[in-house]
Amino acid sequence: MGGKVVTVTSGKGGVGKTTATANLGISLANLGKKVVVIDADIGLRNLDVIMGLENRIVYDLVDVVEGRAKLRQAMIKHKKFEDLFLIPAAQTRDKMAVSPKDMVELTDKLREEHDYVIIDSPAGIERGFRNALEPADEVLIVTNPEVSAVRDADRIIGLIEAADKGPGRLIINRLKTEMVNKGEMLSAEDVFDILSLEIIGIIPEDEFVLSASNSGVPVTLNEGSRAGMAFTNVARRITGEDVPFMNLDENPGFFKRLMRFLDGR
Amino acid sequence: MTSLLNRLFGRPRKGSGKTAKDRLRFVLQHDRINLPPERLEEMKRDILAVIVKYVVVDKDRVEIALEQRDRNHSKIVAEIPVVKQTVPPSPEINMDSHENNSDTPVGETEDSVDEGKPADSDAEAAAIASDDGEDTDEGGNKNKK
Ligand SMILES: Nc1ncnc2c1ncn2[C@@H]1O[C@H](COP(=O)(O)OP(=O)(O)O)[C@@H](O)[C@H]1O
Ligand SMILES: [Mg+2]
Repeated sequence: MGGKVVTVTSGKGGVGKTTATANLGISLANLGKKVVVIDADIGLRNLDVIMGLENRIVYDLVDVVEGRAKLRQAMIKHKKFEDLFLIPAAQTRDKMAVSPKDMVELTDKLREEHDYVIIDSPAGIERGFRNALEPADEVLIVTNPEVSAVRDADRIIGLIEAADKGPGRLIINRLKTEMVNKGEMLSAEDVFDILSLEIIGIIPEDEFVLSASNSGVPVTLNEGSRAGMAFTNVARRITGEDVPFMNLDENPGFFKRLMRFLDGR
Repeated sequence: MTSLLNRLFGRPRKGSGKTAKDRLRFVLQHDRINLPPERLEEMKRDILAVIVKYVVVDKDRVEIALEQRDRNHSKIVAEIPVVKQTVPPSPEINMDSHENNSDTPVGETEDSVDEGKPADSDAEAAAIASDDGEDTDEGGNKNKK
């Protein structure tokens, strides 16, 4: 089968899918993997600027699907990593320009020469989400410790299970430890209690994420960033490595619970 | 120090974080089985309407609730205490009396008050005792008091 297709999705918009996709792409490349990241958010192209590749785009995903460009031509090589490529979304088309079957065909080709294909899903549960889900071998659900984000995550998890793509793993993004400690934010454990899904990463709120998006250099390339470290850990877990969770001042018993949850499957 | 205590004994469960978790639980219970809160209330009324056709129910202590272990395991759990009837009422009369006294709480219709029982409070005690699965004869009631 070759490489693995990992889809990053969420239901709700603005929770950190594109940030996660960019950082996982970079981290995996940094670990020596051959990686392609695909922006499946057609009409709202974003992954290119987050990765600092916006000025290199000639062709996009829809050009490939509609035969105007060869796959190779739409793959933009990252400035820093030889084996990291971006396939950008079309900016002026809508989601119906691509079908789930197109995505399967495309990723099947990419699998042959790459270790990981990471798909940045658009928000929502419509066509764009279906496009991103169909070729997935593994689904990562990004959520924030917030009522509406967790609610939408639950809905998406149900749809992922129904499509036989489950169970998926959870990235809890933008956790603010001080607020959790004051009892003013859902903790990672609360989110786990509610969604009962394996957690693959807990990413702290981190101002570096904004500066990174300003500069087009994702936080994983910033050694001082806690969010960057957390994303790197997620990438290592994707490769199958057993990486302990960073100390986010979570209730220590919780990590034991997580381990038991994993052992119990 | 608070932080250490939180770590040892779990977080203080006040604050909006706790509210968020409770609200999420509520919302997901309904989302997951596609049954909005208002429809659940309607269903509860329907269930009860059927049951009171056959038995006398202690309406104040009826509990019908949704329980959910996780996304794929939901159940409706009902606890519907039935008021003991020493003289079995004829079903026809029973039904008629409910139709005629629809405003009266079901547990307090004429039928439900045993003959010879002096006061309402005794009928209530009988209902509680039967609910606990205890002996429901007069002696049992006296012991409880
Ligand atoms: N861990 C984080 N800390 C701080 N800001 C974050 C973090 N993750 C995401 N953001 C910010 O949240 C916003 C939405 O992120 P984005 O990745 O575009 O979400 P999505 O792709 O799900 O719509 C962006 O402004 C991003 O900079
Ligand atoms: Mg996005």
